[in-house]
Amino acid sequence: MARKAITGNGAIALALKQVEPDVMAAYPITPQTEIAQNYAQYVANGDVVTEYIAVESEHSAMSAAIGSAAAGARTITATSSQGFALMWEMLFIAASLRLPITMPVITRALSGPINIHCDHSDSMGGRDCGWIQLYGEDAQEGYDNAIQAFRIAEHMDVRLPVMTMIDGFIISGAIGPVETLDDEQVKEFVGDYVAVNSLLNVEKPVTVGAFDSLGGWYFEHKIAQNRAMENAMDVIEEVGREFGELFGREYAHFKTHEVEDADIVLVAIGSAAGNVKTVVTKLRAEGRKVGVLKVRTFRPFPTEQIREALSGAKVIGVMDRSDSFGAQGGPLFTEVSAAMYGGESHPQIYNFIYGLGGRDIFPDDIEGAVEMLEKAAAGDTLAQQRHYLNVREG
Amino acid sequence: MAKPKEIANKPERLTGGHRLCAGCGAPVAVRQVMGVCPGPAVVSVSTGCLEVSTTIYPYTAWKDSMIHSAFENAGATISGVETAYNSLKKQGKIKDDMYFVAFGGDGGTYDIGLQSLSGAVERGHNFVFVCYDNGAYMNTGFQRSSATPQGAWTTTSPVGKESAGKQQNRKDLTAILVAHDIPYAATASPHNFKDLMSKAEKAFATPGPAFINVISPCPRGWRTPGDQTIALAKEAVQSCYWPLYEVENGKYKINYKPKGDKKTPVADWLKKQGRFAHLFKPGNEAVLADIQDYIDRKWEELLKKEECLA
Ligand SMILES: Cc1ncc(C[n+]2csc(CCOP(=O)(O)OP(=O)(O)O)c2C)c(N)n1
Ligand code: SF4
Ligand SMILES: [Mg+2]
Repeated sequence: MARKAITGNGAIALALKQVEPDVMAAYPITPQTEIAQNYAQYVANGDVVTEYIAVESEHSAMSAAIGSAAAGARTITATSSQGFALMWEMLFIAASLRLPITMPVITRALSGPINIHCDHSDSMGGRDCGWIQLYGEDAQEGYDNAIQAFRIAEHMDVRLPVMTMIDGFIISGAIGPVETLDDEQVKEFVGDYVAVNSLLNVEKPVTVGAFDSLGGWYFEHKIAQNRAMENAMDVIEEVGREFGELFGREYAHFKTHEVEDADIVLVAIGSAAGNVKTVVTKLRAEGRKVGVLKVRTFRPFPTEQIREALSGAKVIGVMDRSDSFGAQGGPLFTEVSAAMYGGESHPQIYNFIYGLGGRDIFPDDIEGAVEMLEKAAAGDTLAQQRHYLNVREG
Repeated sequence: MAKPKEIANKPERLTGGHRLCAGCGAPVAVRQVMGVCPGPAVVSVSTGCLEVSTTIYPYTAWKDSMIHSAFENAGATISGVETAYNSLKKQGKIKDDMYFVAFGGDGGTYDIGLQSLSGAVERGHNFVFVCYDNGAYMNTGFQRSSATPQGAWTTTSPVGKESAGKQQNRKDLTAILVAHDIPYAATASPHNFKDLMSKAEKAFATPGPAFINVISPCPRGWRTPGDQTIALAKEAVQSCYWPLYEVENGKYKINYKPKGDKKTPVADWLKKQGRFAHLFKPGNEAVLADIQDYIDRKWEELLKKEECLA
C-alpha cells in the first residue's frame, strides 16, 4: 500500500490498470478524458495486457464493450455526460445481456446548453437502465469503488454491469491523497474472470441478443434482471465488508454521521456529502441536532435500510445534484420519499437541488437549508417542497 | 475455390426453419458466405429482417456463435468480439482460430450503421462485413434508405401527385468503403454463386477488414414473385444496375462486363418489380431516362477506374 497525491481520474485509471482487464474500449470526453488517455499510455508502455479499442464514439464504445464482454473478456470503458447519453441505447442492452462490464462515470451536466462541469444529470438519467450504480465522495472512494465493481459485477448471483461515479472536476480533476493498494493485492482481490456462455467457445456456440417478442420470454427476462439487482444488494455489502477487512476501508450502501439522535437529517450523494458533513459537525458543536446520510448505492436502492436509518428523523432534507423536470423532485428525493412512505414514521421531506452545471455550493447554502428544516421541525411547515440552493433570483 | 458440390455437401451454418420470407435473397447470401468460411466464426448481425427472423427466442438458425445487440452497431460489436479474441489468444486463454463476420442490411450499413462500420474499418479489425442490400428498410415495412434506387416506391418515398417515388440516387457505398483504403472490397450477387463465394473466400483470407456488398432481392418490398429472386439479381447485374467488381489493395477488377446488347436496358428490370410500376405510366418517361443515365454514368466511371487502377 502507498499514499499518493493524485487526481480522481488518475486514481481510477490506476485502479483499472491494477485490475488489468482484457479489453478497454473508450472515447474521450471532458472530464473523463484523463482516464482514456492514461489507460492508452499504460497500453503503449506495455504495462498491461489489455487490448485498447480507440472507438469512434461512445455508442461504439459500449457496443464494442458488449461484443467483447459477450466474447468472454473482462471489459471496461469510462465516460461522462454526452458520451453517457450517446451510450444510452446500449446501456440497457449491456444490462439485459447480463454482461459484467464496469464503467467509471465522471459526472457532468448534460447539454443543453452545453456545460462541461459537474452535476448528476448524466448518471441519474441512466438510473433505470439496469446498471448497478455506486457513487463515491472523493478520489479514495472512486478508486475503491472502481476495484470493488469487478467483484460485484462478476458475482454469479449478479452478473450485471456496474458504473461507479465520481464528481467531474471537483473530484476527477483535483489532486488529493489516495491510499493505493499494491498490484498483487488488487489482482488477488478481484480474482480471475470466469466467462459464461462466451461467443468464443467453439465447443458450444451461442446466440446472444435473440429476438424475444410477443409469445416469447421478454417479461420473464426482465424479472430475472430485477432479481439479479436484488441479489446485488447483499453482494455489494459482502464485497464492501471484505474490502474493509483486507484493506481497512469498509463500504456499505450508505454511511451515516450523527444520524442516530438527529431531528434533521440531510441526505446527500457524491462530493457534496463531504461538505454537508463539515457543516453538520459545526452545527452539532452548537448543539443543533443535525445528521447526514451519504448514499453510496443508488441502484439497487437500499430502500429498507435507508428507511430504518432515517426512522428517527423529524425532517429530512434530500440534496439532489440533478433535477427531474415535471417530477415531484430530484431522483434521490423521490427515492427517499418513496422509501419513507412505506415506514411507520412519516417525517416531512424536502428537496434541495444544488450545483447544476457545476454551480458551487457553499457551507452557508447548506446551513441555510438546515435553518429551513429547523423551522419545519418546529412545526412551521415549509410552503414549498423543492428548493434551489445558490441560484440567482428572478 | 472448393467445388460448389463439396460446399453444398458441408453442414449448413444457417439452418432452415428460420422465418425469412420464401424467396428472400438474404439467407441465400448468408449461406454462400458462410459456406466458405474456413473455420468457426462469430457472426454479428444488425437489427433487420435477417436478425429478427433467424433468432426467434428460444430458437436460433445459427450454427456459429452469433451476436445481435442493436441496429447501428454491427461494426462496433464485431470489433469488440475480435479484440476480445486477440486479447485472450495473446494471453493463451483460447486456442482455436476463429473468423469474424458481420451482416448488415442496407439500413444497418449505408445509413444508421455507417459510422460504426467506418470506425471498425479504419481501426483495421480483422473481420468481413457483408451488406445484404435489399434497397430499403424492409423489416419495418419498406421505408426508403440511402440504398433505395431513384424512382422506387417505398412507404416513405411514396408515389403521389407530387412524387414519382424516391427522388434521389443511391449512395455509392462500395466506393465509400474503397475510400477507406480497405484491403478488400467487392460487390456480389447470389445468382453468381461462384463469384460470390470466391469473393467471400478472399475476404476471409484478407488480414484486416474486408467488405462485400451483396444485392439481395426482397419479394415483399420489391413487389416481385418469390421465385424470381435469383433471376432479378442476375438482371440487376446484366443491366449494370449492380456491376460485379472487386477492389484489392486499391486495384480494380470488374468481374462481369456485358458487351453490346448483353447490357440490358434497366427499364426491363424495373418493369418486373411492382415498386417501379408507376414509372411506366405516362408522364414518368423523364424519370426512367434519369435512372438509365445514372446507371450508364456509374458504369462508365467504373470502367475508367478499372482502366486507371488495374
Ligand atoms: C436505433 C433504431 N432505429 C430504428 C429502429 C427500427 N428498425 C429496425 S430494423 C429497421 C430497418 C432495417 O433495415 P435494413 O438494415 O435495410 O434491413 P432489412 O430489414 O431491410 O433486412 C429499422 C428502421 C431500430 N431498431 N433501432
Ligand atoms: S421482407 Fe424482404 S428482406 Fe424481409 S424477410 Fe421478407 S423478403 Fe426478406
Ligand atoms: Mg434493407
